[in-house]
Amino acid sequence: MTTRAARLFLAVSAARLFVEPAAAGEIPLPERRSSYEFMSRETRAMQDDDTGNPGTLWVLDGEALWKRKAGAADRACSDCHGDARESMKAVAARYPAFDPARGRPVNLEQRINACRVGRQKAPALAYESKDLLALTAYVARQSRGLPIAIAIDGRTRPFLEAGRERFFRRQGQLNLACAQCHDDLWSGKLAGSPITQAHPTGYPLYRLEWQGLGSLERRLRGCLVGIRAEPYAYGAPEFVDLELYLMWRANGMKIETPAVRP
Amino acid sequence: MARAIVNVPARAKRGEIIEIKTLAAHPMETGFRRTQLGELIPRDIIRRFVCTYNGAEVFRVDLHPAVAANPLIAFTTVATESGTIAFQWAGDNGYAVTETASIRVE
Repeated sequence: MTTRAARLFLAVSAARLFVEPAAAGEIPLPERRSSYEFMSRETRAMQDDDTGNPGTLWVLDGEALWKRKAGAADRACSDCHGDARESMKAVAARYPAFDPARGRPVNLEQRINACRVGRQKAPALAYESKDLLALTAYVARQSRGLPIAIAIDGRTRPFLEAGRERFFRRQGQLNLACAQCHDDLWSGKLAGSPITQAHPTGYPLYRLEWQGLGSLERRLRGCLVGIRAEPYAYGAPEFVDLELYLMWRANGMKIETPAVRP
Repeated sequence: MARAIVNVPARAKRGEIIEIKTLAAHPMETGFRRTQLGELIPRDIIRRFVCTYNGAEVFRVDLHPAVAANPLIAFTTVATESGTIAFQWAGDNGYAVTETASIRVE
């Protein structure tokens, strides 16, 4: 009886050993680092200097679009929201946020498009189009330096949990979960490049590899293709849940939009 | 939108070496890439950048397909007198952008 109990105990502890590393492993708060800190001195300098940061080109385009009248309503963003430097301050820091109309969280791009379709009566801008990236970058730029503040309540908790589940789920032909690299191996390198902790602090950002600005979803697609999983479509609920989890995971970190990454 | 950003110090001392930075929005399509259907994407690059200081040329660049998109060009010149520094980019498909900045030399 006692040996049986001991065996059972051993079996249970062994099972826990296998289960726990996948469930735990979230990065402790003091160890969280923005990908900025993994970059070379030159790339950091590029991000820090507005003239050298190519993301500025999109921000300036976004500023022009903000003031341009569009759609059947013939209204510009600024006609309702006024000066974005005031009205859009800290907004990007709390997106994805819950949208009562859809009954689920929406990201900043979707929020901008909801305004375009609903208020301006204009056609929605395509994901990754120059105009949508420019407007998103301009809005997010107004939160630069402010801490990410994702508030989770009863309405958004299920979506956060779905995003967390997706982050820890193994997928693709390589059978990898996001967490295996970005929680457990972030101090290491993959093919010579730092793995980093995957905090979405600077989106939309200018990636030198892309030679252009891109959204967080574009970056996530890159990771999904890398593990040979089929990427979700732009704007898919799975993506937004994952974005919500990633932003929540980076709560308190400063927004860097438009960031520059290698 | 053909957009360019220039960064020139607003004021400088006579004889001082000043750094000028310019950033132009441009895809710099090399002309060597193909679409997924195998068609060649035609070349579309900036060919030439010229900077003039009160009408006198102080800096010029010939650009080639290997230059990355949105080229950042930074260079130095000597602040000789107050006036206008003008920048011109010219390239394929009729691309032409001009920017000016004024500088006060004391």
